[in-house]
Order: sequence, then C-alpha cells, then structure tokens
Amino acid sequence: MPRLVVDVMLKPEILDPQGQAVQRALERLGFDRVASVRQGKRFEIELAEPGSVDGAAELGRDMAAKLLANTVIEDFTVRVEDDAG
Amino acid sequence: MTRIGVVTFPGSLDDRDAARAVRLAGGEPVRLWHRDTDLAGVEAIILPGGFSYGDYLRTGAIARFSPVMASVISAAGRGVPVLGVCNGFQILCESQLLPGALTRNNHLHFICRDQKLRIESSRTAWTAGYRPGAEIVIPIKNGEGRYVADPDTLGRLDGDGLVVARYLDGNPNGSVADIAGIANPAGNVVGLMPHPEHAVETLTGPGTDGLGFFTSVLRQLVRA
Amino acid sequence: MTARTRNPAAIDTVEHAAATPTLPQPYAELGLAADEYERIRAILGRRPTGCELAMYAVMWSEHCSYKSSKIHLRQFADKAPHSEALLVGMGENAGVVDIGQGWAVTFKIESHNHPSFVEPYQGAATGVGGIVRDILSMGARPVAVLDPLRFGPLDAADTGRVLPGVVAGIGGYGNCLGLPTIGGEIVFDPSYAGNPLVNALCVGVLRRGAIQLAKASGPGNRVILFGAKTGRDGIGGVSVLASATFGSAGSGAADSAKKPSVQVGDPFTEKTLIECSLELFERNLVTGIQDLGGAGLACATSELASAGTGGMRVWLDRVHLREPSMAPHEVLTSESQERMCAVVAPVDVPDFLAICEKWDVDAAVIGEVTDVSAAEADAGGRLIISWHGEVVVDVPPRTVAHEGPVYSRPFTRPADQDALVADAPSPARLARPAGGDELRDTLLRLAGSANLCAKTWVTAQYDRYVQGNTVLAQPADAGMIRVDESTGLGVAVSTDGNGRYTRLDPFAGAQLALAEAYRNVAATGARPLAVTNCLNFGSPEDPAVMWQFAEAVRGLADGCLALGIPVTGGNVSFYNQTGDTAILPTPIVGVLGVIDDVTRRTPTGFRRSGDAVLLLGATSDEFGGSEWAHVVHGHLGGQPPAVDLAAERVLADLLVAGSGAGLLSAAHDLSDGGLAQALVESCLLGEVGARVALPADLDPFVALFAESAARALVAVPTASEQRFTEMCGARGFPVARLGAIGGDALDVQGQFSIPLAELRSIHEATLPARFG
Repeated sequence: MPRLVVDVMLKPEILDPQGQAVQRALERLGFDRVASVRQGKRFEIELAEPGSVDGAAELGRDMAAKLLANTVIEDFTVRVEDDAG
Repeated sequence: MTRIGVVTFPGSLDDRDAARAVRLAGGEPVRLWHRDTDLAGVEAIILPGGFSYGDYLRTGAIARFSPVMASVISAAGRGVPVLGVCNGFQILCESQLLPGALTRNNHLHFICRDQKLRIESSRTAWTAGYRPGAEIVIPIKNGEGRYVADPDTLGRLDGDGLVVARYLDGNPNGSVADIAGIANPAGNVVGLMPHPEHAVETLTGPGTDGLGFFTSVLRQLVRA
Repeated sequence: MTARTRNPAAIDTVEHAAATPTLPQPYAELGLAADEYERIRAILGRRPTGCELAMYAVMWSEHCSYKSSKIHLRQFADKAPHSEALLVGMGENAGVVDIGQGWAVTFKIESHNHPSFVEPYQGAATGVGGIVRDILSMGARPVAVLDPLRFGPLDAADTGRVLPGVVAGIGGYGNCLGLPTIGGEIVFDPSYAGNPLVNALCVGVLRRGAIQLAKASGPGNRVILFGAKTGRDGIGGVSVLASATFGSAGSGAADSAKKPSVQVGDPFTEKTLIECSLELFERNLVTGIQDLGGAGLACATSELASAGTGGMRVWLDRVHLREPSMAPHEVLTSESQERMCAVVAPVDVPDFLAICEKWDVDAAVIGEVTDVSAAEADAGGRLIISWHGEVVVDVPPRTVAHEGPVYSRPFTRPADQDALVADAPSPARLARPAGGDELRDTLLRLAGSANLCAKTWVTAQYDRYVQGNTVLAQPADAGMIRVDESTGLGVAVSTDGNGRYTRLDPFAGAQLALAEAYRNVAATGARPLAVTNCLNFGSPEDPAVMWQFAEAVRGLADGCLALGIPVTGGNVSFYNQTGDTAILPTPIVGVLGVIDDVTRRTPTGFRRSGDAVLLLGATSDEFGGSEWAHVVHGHLGGQPPAVDLAAERVLADLLVAGSGAGLLSAAHDLSDGGLAQALVESCLLGEVGARVALPADLDPFVALFAESAARALVAVPTASEQRFTEMCGARGFPVARLGAIGGDALDVQGQFSIPLAELRSIHEATLPARFG
C-alpha cells in the first residue's frame, strides 16, 4: 500500500523557540558547527487501498491543508512512498 | 435570564469556572456538549480554557472540527457574541473566525501569574463595559500563548481597532505587539489569552477585574 | 498475534505447571527469596506458572507488600487517636474524613522517586497521575495537588537535568488534568543527588454517602477494565520470564529492546477517565473500584477479589492491548497508566459502557466475581485467570494481595549517631554573627540561599486557578480549597519534612515534621483533622536505616496520638540510596484541616499597615540541623529543636480561635530560618514592611535565627490586640509584641534596616539565576 509522508515546519518568519533550545543543547554537547535548528512534525500515513501516486499526493496535500498543518503559520511537503518493503 | 452557552470539549478545564462567572454576572450558564450541534437557544457562547483533545496535533486543531463548532461558526456569522478564552482563543484562530495563530511561549515554560492588561477597545460585545485604556489584572496561565500574525494582519488589527487587550508590565509569552486579545470587525467574536473567569471573586482570584467581560455581554444582550 | 502466544504448549498453564514440578524458575531474578518461592509452592500445592510467579513476585515486592515496614506501620492503627471524623482509615486506596455539611474529603501522598531520577518529566508526571487515580477510586473528584520535592545541590550539574524535568512533568500533567497545585516544598541537599524525592499529594472531595471501596462482591458482577489500552509500560522487571519460556527459544534478546522501564503518562486520557468515572459514580453504576498502579492488573484483580467475596474469574485475552504480541504475564504486570478496574452489576453494564463511549474511554469486560466454597474462602479465596482458554493463574488472592511476607528487619542505632549528636552547634564550635551589620548580612544570605529563597520560578509553572476554588496557594503556609460555594466550607493542606532534623534524631524529626504541618494548617485558620505521610528512606537492609525508619514511625505514631489526629494512609519509599550512601531520612507529613468559612481564613503575608506584629511561643538557643548551620557553616550536628506537642496544640487552638473570631490579619508559622525568615516572607508576600524590636531577653542572633518549634508570627489589628493577648494569657502561652506593620523596609530596631526592594531582589534572584 502507498504511504504518505507529510512534513510540517513552521514558516521561516515564525520564531521557533523549541528549535533554538535544541540548538543550544547541541552546542552544549560539543556540536559546534550548527548554524541553526528548526523543529517540525512528520506524519506517516498508511493508506488502506491502492491508488495512483498522483492521487495519493493530492490526498496528502488535502489532509495537510485541512488538518495536519495550520497554514497560517506552517508550511508542508508531501511525499508518496511506495510500499517497497 | 439571559442564557449563555459554555462549550465542553474533551479536555476542557475552565468550563465550570466560565459557567460560574456567567452566574455571578447575572446570567444563566448553559452547558453545551462538543458532539451536539444544537445550541439550545443560547444568546452568547463561551469557548473555555483547557487542553481540548490534550492539545494533540496543535492546540485547538481537533476541537475546531467538533460538531458543535459548525453551529458556533454559523452563529458567529449571524452576530452572536462568542468569547474564546485561552484554548478557546486557539480554537477560534484554528477555525479562522479570528486571524493569526497562538504558538509556544517564547521561553518554553508554562506560566501562571496575575497579569496586568490594558483594555484597548470597548467596541466589542465582551468589553463594552470597560473604559478604553482601563488597566486590569487577570490571571494568565498557558504554555502556548504567543500570538503571531503576519505584518498585513497586524496592520489591519491595529488600523481597524481590533486589538482588544495588550499585556502591560511584561509580556508573558512573546506575543507580537503585546497582544493579549483580539476581535473580529463586527466586534461579536473575541479571543483572549488571559482568564477573566478567574478574576470574578476576591476570594479566589487577584480581584474582580474579569467580571466586566461577562456583565458587558449580558448588558448588550438585554439591550438588543 | 504470533504463533507463540497462541500455542498453548508454549504458555505455562496451570496444568503444565502441575505436570512439571521440577522445572527451574527464575524466582531470584524476579526478586523473590528462596523461602518465599517455597512458600508459594506450599500455598499452591505445586510449582507456580510463569504468570503466577510474576504476580507473586511483583505483589510481594517491597513496593507493593510493604514487607519491611508493615510491622512498624501497625503503630498508626494501634496508637490511632479516636476521631469522629474518620470515615475510612488505612488499608483502602486513601483515607476519607468527614468535614461536615454532608461533605467528605479524601487525601493521600505517594512517591515516585526512582523513576523521576531516570526520566524526570515522565517520572513526576506519572507520579501525579497515580495518586490522582487513587483519590478518584474513592469516588471523589480530585481538586488539588501538593508536591514536596527534594533535589541534590542547587548548582550540581545533574540538578539542572532533574529539577526542570520534574517541575515540567508535574505541571504538564497536573495542569492538563485541571488540578490546581496549591502547595509543596523544594529542598536541596547533597544526599538527594542521585536520589531525588518526588512525592505527590492529592486531595479529593465527595459527598459523605458516596464513598467507593475497592472490593469485588456480588457473585455474577462483572469486572470491567477501562481507561487506556494496555501496553508494555513498566514491565522491565518481569522480562526475564520471556527468556524463560517453556520450550520456545530465542525470544528474550529480541524482546528486551521492546520493554520500556519508564511509564509514559497521557494526562488527556486521565482527564477523560476522571470525568467518565465521576459520571459512573453519580449514576451508581459501580459496586467496587480499584485504580491500576504498581503491578497493574495483578494488583487490581487480587486486591479486589481479596477484599470482596474472595472469588474472581478473569479472561485475560479480553484486555484491549496496544501491542498485539504481548504475552499473558506481560498483560498481568503491565504498568500502563490511566487505567481503572470496576465491579459492575450485570444489569448496569450497558449503561456503564455507554458512558465510557460518551467520553471516548476504552472499556472491556474482562471478568466476573465468583462464589467461593467455605474451604476456598478459608484458604484466601480463588482467583482464576485464563488466556485463550487455558488457565494460567489459579491462586488464593488473599495470599497475593494481603498475606505477603512480613519481615522483621534488624535495626541498630548507627555507630556515628552519638558523635553526630555530640557535635553541637555551640558558639565555640560555629562562629556566630555579632552586631547589626553581621546579622543583616546573615539574614540576606539565608533569604537568598537555596532552601529559603523564593520558589516562584517553579510555582509559576503550575496552574493554581483551575476549578476556581483556590483560596490560598503557595507560598501561603497551607493550600486552601473551598469545598462548598454556598456555605464557604473549605479544607487546608500542608506538607512538611526535614531530613536534617530526622538525621539527628529520627523520633523527634518525624514529630517536628508533623508539628510543622499541623502548625501550618492551623495558621490559616483551619482545624487539623487527619494525617498522611510519605516515608522516604534508604535501604531497609541497612540496620542503621531501619533504625531511622523504626524511630521515625514510632515518633509519628506517638505524635499523632498526642495531637489527636489519625494517620489515614500513606506511602513508604525504601532504597533511596546510591551505593552505601542513603539519603537523609525524610519522612514527609501531610496534614489536612477543615475551616467552616473560607472567607475567614488567615492569609500568610502582612497586609495592613499599623497592625501589631506578635511573636507567639518560646525561643531557645537551638541550632542543630538549622538552615544557618547548614548555609553558613555546612554543619549538621547536635540535637534538632525540642518537640513540645502540648504547646503545639495550644498554639493551634490560638491560631484557629483567633482566626475564627476575626482577630488576626495575618499568621505565619516559624520553621526553617527562624523568625528572620518568617519576617522576610510575611513582608514580601504582603508587599509591606515592618518595624520590630527583638525581645530584650534573647540574644539577637538566637532571636532571629533559632528554629525553636511551636512558634508563630501573627499580625493583629490594634483594636483586637488586647483581646488576643488575653486569649494567649488565658492559655498560658507566651506572646511578645515585636512591633508593627508599616513602611517599606524590614526594620529591626537597634540592629538593621533592609529596604524591601533589596530584600526582594536577593530573595527572588536565586532560582532564575540558576535555571534561566
């Protein structure tokens, strides 16, 4: 079955204090080549029925726009993964 | 007696406190269940504070699709006064009844404290009883209270006088332009991060500065 | 489902156990002693199945059976003072007290120490969740939380990991449940470095006639498991059983990665569970109820059966699982959070399930109460549990739940105790400040020190307002909740405990903790009614620790008898130690009191300029275990302050009577940091200064910093001063007028004056500077 992967990130202009906190923590651990960190969400959606890749992608964009992302403050990307494994 | 609905979503916490505030202000609180589309003829609606659906996905993101919200949205369109407090404000923004969004506090902590506010606009159903510029103290308690909006929206909010309240003496969460609450152009829908329902008795709150939100709407409805 | 779990040959059934008596079993790895294992065999008349072994092992563990503490804890019952107000005493999930007007209150404190060191956020969060469910299972609506906490040194690196996580976890869980956090304390000490203490107290309110009990009675009644689905949380300990499967190979290593040792809580699920349960209670659909905590279903089923008619039948495969591949012993011992077990009459089951559905709470009928023969009843009842048609458990539940091992562990006074007590903080031993400047410096240093500084950085992360009934919250002496909106009836609760005092003298230390909590409740105007306690100690296998425990319990039991308030329940946490070093023995005592009208409560901070400031009680040169000795000299030695319970009773009477008569505008107990700290807190909380003079008959240093017990600071309007002073005189209780409220400084005549702004900035800077 096809599987949708939707990545949701805050829009670049929105302050991301969690990402900043992660960056500070990385630096404290000795990772000193970090310029910036942004934190987002990833959704993995297994579809119950087979269908076209395009159809699946459009379904994913619809889900993202309606629920998975708040498009006022978030952007999203949708990827379709074939059930290869 | 004027009936004001208070919606309970799974995880709503301050619904009983909102009902108490309505009662103390002289109204009759009516409890509304999230799965019911029937608004029981109430004349105003409160979306209370809490953690509806555990704040899963995003605060207010799931509650916004509850059956009751379809009725709330359409009632708001008809001019029925709607007040969203804290999580309720988040739900109003997710429903796009109000612009902008609420995000994680900039310091990343949950904060509960008595917060000084300035009421910027008395041209809403819920703040008509306050003098513009009035300084009041109301508890704020949230982890996701930082209001954000793009420059165009901010310009519109400022220009059209849609900012209802601003934080004074320290911005508790990093909200843009110290915005603590906003209204829609018609002035019937108001979203507020602080909790007026916790400032209605000197016994249990920092004072009674919050009562005005509830008496304002009652007076408006009696007049109408 | 994997083939392995479906294949009966791979499941250790009762039949199989009876047929294979000599099969080696990993009882030692499960924590059972050889004689305990033999006893189980004797009880059953055969070897136990894997599931039965797991049940006995977890239920007979220290945490669940209290085997090392039972013989000492009996004193709470044996020496219990008679109390009209006690509706439910020890032995149930929580104690219940009658507070009048048809209302009852239930409260209890519990610990979640070790998990909070491993995973601070979840350890603390699930600690709150667990105690809340205990309160809920009594039929009460949880209304408040208090959290006494202990951490390693403030500037230790690991404290930076543990403290913020614990605070965020308590807030994250409690706030989401809609429970105001109204009290608690935070103490830093090196001895807690690898062993933080996270104790959580929950208070619940119910109508007097609506108490629920944890018993399964009424043969034919159904047993329903509801709440979250069951997963692998917390079963690390019994994972050894997987590798000891009976004939099937190689499952152990692969499975070990799947077994989380930390429980993860979901407060939203618990919130809906609370609302669902309260509706079930209101509709009278429940005849018995138990929450699932440590030892999960193994505990709930055996305790319910044992406390009821003694018989129960459970079909374990009917439990709704999060992970389909779980084995029956995992299902039995899972510590997945947010689950309750109810006993329901068959006719009520459809309504019960409908209410669960309304709240989106998962529910499954997993068993029923059964009849037992007289012989079976004598033997301790009969609990039969099957897995896909095969019986895997057939035990007398009383032997599992209520007849665990009872140890009489040896205890001896530690070898170093005499030297410790002899090392008194005399002026020769510890240099004392002299003169106003040095006293001023000392006061400021203490006010900004870790244990005495403002804890706002922490408490601002807790919601204190939700439910709209919080009348007093930290840093007030006690948290106070309004119970009845129409009459103003309310309750006050305080938690206190001092590890340093207890180290010097465990008997006195426990009594001082009790006295302080008792005093704190009375200071708000509430009459103390009942006691709960959380006893945090090192390893019971160490005779020195066991001596500390035995003395502390003896002191607490004697103290409760002297004060006339019974222990209603509590918790014991042993093994709080790293290697051979135990924590300071830390008995935490919670006292609950009642006030008829919350509007008459006495706040803690000074409020009215002009009001007289009076010191109640007698002060002696007592610095053993004091904050001054600790902060300035790093010293612990001597005797703790003398205990005078008779004086505490008189003081409490004065505070309650004075409050009721409207004579007091503020009251604050004296404890850590002595009079100086009480003045600092009263001024800063009320945002007004005071002009006082120290009693002429006392050395100024002693007057300011000694930690003598049975003392309080009160503010009295001048119009009431004579009447209140006469009240004290009539009871023969010492009272001294120190001065009056006013100004914007803490002004100690002839010694020093500190502007409030300076005092505030030092008192409030410490935690933000450390944690940001």
